[in-house]
Amino acid sequence: MAAHTLTRADLSDAVHREIGLSRADSAQLVEQVLDEICSALTKGQNVKISSFGTFMLRDKGRRIGRNPKTGKEVPIEPRRVLTFRPSQLMRDRINAAG
Amino acid sequence: MIRSELVASVAQANPHLSHKDVERVVATVFDSIIDALAEGGRVELRGFGAFSTRARDARTGRNPRTGEAVPVEAKRVPYFKAGKELREKLNAEDE
Repeated sequence: MAAHTLTRADLSDAVHREIGLSRADSAQLVEQVLDEICSALTKGQNVKISSFGTFMLRDKGRRIGRNPKTGKEVPIEPRRVLTFRPSQLMRDRINAAG
Repeated sequence: MIRSELVASVAQANPHLSHKDVERVVATVFDSIIDALAEGGRVELRGFGAFSTRARDARTGRNPRTGEAVPVEAKRVPYFKAGKELREKLNAEDE
């Protein structure tokens, strides 16, 4: 398995190759796509990308946690967490290659 | 927000591009992520998050309707961990 790690640079390179936009434009567009997703999530909206997956927000209540090192009880404040639920297509494609 | 709304807002910010091209840009981004994971790699987008896959062992499942035991093969499942910056932003507004 050539476990290369894909980064923004690879994404904008793919956009540059596939669509033929300039490298600068491609990089900017990749950034805008990610920014739009972030800003929707920050506003409290779930983001559902068909055939990819859903970025889902969940509100967690306050609970009592414990510092694993000291064993001391610490309150964990209510917070919002992000989970990703992959589409069936994504699950299938990941296992088809195996 | 759904895919078409994402395309629409990126298109609005780029009046010099056709709607079709923006659709292709969005598709290329998501397809590239899936391809990388399918090849066994990971995807790291600083400030946003990281996509990786996790191995699941084979197990014996059960048909919930009949109660019958069915073998479930070992597989890889996609996993996303939100980046620190995004995690903080999600909780910033209501404080």
